Amino acid sequence: MKVKVDPTKCEGFGICAELAPQVFELDEWGYAAVLGGRDVPAALEDAVRRAAGACSVAAISTET
Amino acid sequence: MRVSALTDDARLLRPAPEREDLGCYRTAGGYGDGLTGDDLLAAVDAAGLRGRGGGGFPVARKWEALCMADGPRDVVANGAEGEPASLKDRYLLCRRPHLVLDGLERCALMIGAERAWVYTADAVTTASVHAALRERPVAVPVVVHQAPHTYVSGEETAAVRAIDGDEALPTAKPPRPFERGVGGRPTLVQNVETLAHVPFIAAHGAKAFRAAGTDSTPGTLLVTLSAPGVAPLLCEVDAGTPLDRVLDAAGLGWTPAGFVMGGFAGGLLGPQAREVRLSYEDLLAAGSLLGCAAVIALGAPDCPVAVAGEILAYFAAETTRQCGSCVRGTQAMRDVVAQLCAGHASADAVEKLDRWGTTLRGRGACGLLDAAAHMAASLMREFPVLVHTHLGGGCAICAAEQSSPWREPAAGRFAVAIDIDLERKDAA
Ligand code: SF4
Ligand code: SF4
Repeated sequence: MKVKVDPTKCEGFGICAELAPQVFELDEWGYAAVLGGRDVPAALEDAVRRAAGACSVAAISTET
Repeated sequence: MRVSALTDDARLLRPAPEREDLGCYRTAGGYGDGLTGDDLLAAVDAAGLRGRGGGGFPVARKWEALCMADGPRDVVANGAEGEPASLKDRYLLCRRPHLVLDGLERCALMIGAERAWVYTADAVTTASVHAALRERPVAVPVVVHQAPHTYVSGEETAAVRAIDGDEALPTAKPPRPFERGVGGRPTLVQNVETLAHVPFIAAHGAKAFRAAGTDSTPGTLLVTLSAPGVAPLLCEVDAGTPLDRVLDAAGLGWTPAGFVMGGFAGGLLGPQAREVRLSYEDLLAAGSLLGCAAVIALGAPDCPVAVAGEILAYFAAETTRQCGSCVRGTQAMRDVVAQLCAGHASADAVEKLDRWGTTLRGRGACGLLDAAAHMAASLMREFPVLVHTHLGGGCAICAAEQSSPWREPAAGRFAVAIDIDLERKDAA
């Protein structure tokens, strides 16, 4: 699975980094980015799916 | 503006100061026969032509992607040179529009484009392209689209959005325009200097193209040099030519305190960079970027810290306010450098600046935030002693600046203008 955060949509609520801190990294102001490649390790796929569902502005998209 | 070919093999510059009309271009061999179709693609590939808008992406890879796309596709000649210190693309569209249109036509036919756009950012350039299209229409329908002149308007997704009738604002990638571009169709967005190299390759082949340049940056390059006290110089060089040669041609006569490279996108380089060779690989190895090959030499009236501050202020003003990291990050970096210039930055703040130079990269939808982060990181890397001096308020140039009431913003101070009289006809 691949994941990306659309930086033009992210409002910096930080829910994603709470649900999958290994994948989403927040900057000092709380805006999220996927760092270290867009490929999600199998063990983290569920957490990433939950994060995508929880993001209230739908900034996170996944692709299988 | 002065124009000078620093190569025996000038392909893009023309010594005559007038705009080249159709007759002159044809007399010089333009719009002639040459390689087409797969032969042209193979030649562009073997020539190793790379995108001259800043990214340096291999042109043949983009063309192949478009050839393989399903359904109708389009092409955009991108002349909206957003870097304030660059004027090469405007030069080409204003003085040698037929060279660009010749390249655009060959490219459009090769990839099977149905429609083409010439994307500009000022009225003079737009008028020049319209005049050229009246002299000789291109084999596919062409529309000239003028966008506002902003830093990001030439970014490829911003160009697509502007042509689609929206604001010239970048979007998140993927998808890139070659996947989904104008009107949702696969679209090739190609810089005008890149297209201007295509007629040469079509006429003379890959080997002749590689007679100039380096292995990784074949061919010639247009370089814009500006420096305090001298008129901006636009020159064509063999890629790999040392920067020194350009400084000499500009008649500098003094040793620069440093450089702003690649437009504003390559950050700062120290005085040692006068020996750097102008190629993608050499600039990358120096921790910078060739970008659009615009170089600003910093002289006695410039403090590199203050210049970084001005350019960061420019980025903070030019952010399109779409990405949180960019809005907050450019402001934060601008503020720390302003504090440095005012002599009251804390060591803690400077440490943060250094960190942002790395951590903010890749967090925006377009390259503006990366360029700003690069500026911060390069200031720390290239001028550590000077930054340290500023911590204690020990810079005489900045102290004098602080007491002057108003400082022209970087875009204004470093922007180069094109002077061209479109009405004047060639004597020939
Ligand atoms: S949950 Fe959504 S809005 Fe919140 S930080 Fe993550 S991507 Fe941004
Ligand atoms: S990175 Fe900055 S300039 Fe680029 S799209 Fe985002 S907000 Fe706009």
